[in-house]
Amino acid sequence: MSATIRLQREAFDVAAETAAMTRDRTDIGAVVTFTGICRADENGAEIAALTLEHYPGMAEAEIARHVEEASARWRLLGVRVIHRYGRIEPGEVIVLVATASSHREAAFAAASFIMDYLKTRAPFWKLVETSAGTDWVEAKAEDEAAAKRWSGAPPEKERP
Amino acid sequence: MKLLYFAWVRERLGKAEERLDPPASVATVDELMTWLAGRDEQYAHAFENAKVIRAAIDHRHVRPDAPIAGAREIAFFPPMTGG
Repeated sequence: MSATIRLQREAFDVAAETAAMTRDRTDIGAVVTFTGICRADENGAEIAALTLEHYPGMAEAEIARHVEEASARWRLLGVRVIHRYGRIEPGEVIVLVATASSHREAAFAAASFIMDYLKTRAPFWKLVETSAGTDWVEAKAEDEAAAKRWSGAPPEKERP
Repeated sequence: MKLLYFAWVRERLGKAEERLDPPASVATVDELMTWLAGRDEQYAHAFENAKVIRAAIDHRHVRPDAPIAGAREIAFFPPMTGG
């Protein structure tokens, strides 16, 4: 299983990243992509930008551990996770999680699994900029609950 | 050992990292936070709500009762909000 994990300040092209996963391959039958985009509001307040802080070294390691766990649970043929840091304005892409498999079920489940853990375990913090100043985004209980649903015995690996 | 701080923990302390050697009686992450909080008012403010602060030792999440012996790098930060 080939995995690409990248943290970067620069914007990236979601279509090009996704296309790169299937180039010269005919074994992949499904690619699921999740794209996280900066909204113009946070809890009803209009925002000018988000600034993402991260823990270099640990962020890559933590994402890699969850990608590895996903590939132990589901039969994956490729995973690509790209997460930006620094200042990001509304409408810009923050994160891409793309999973490839021979069939859709594994790709859907693995993308959801990786995303849920990215939200709650990957060391990133969002600072919101509004006209009133800046404030740290608070962690959401529903994100924690979403990650918890994957705990417990992993399912049997999908048939080939 | 090297200590790292992120997000509002970093802001409250006014620094992102430092090197400190706590006394041998400080054995766990929880005890380290209590020791740090006792250093001065700025540390006390940063660690006043220690229950919400998360920790990582050498790039892995740990619980408050994790031993710190042998740790190269310990990080303190609020709950994560990436993705």
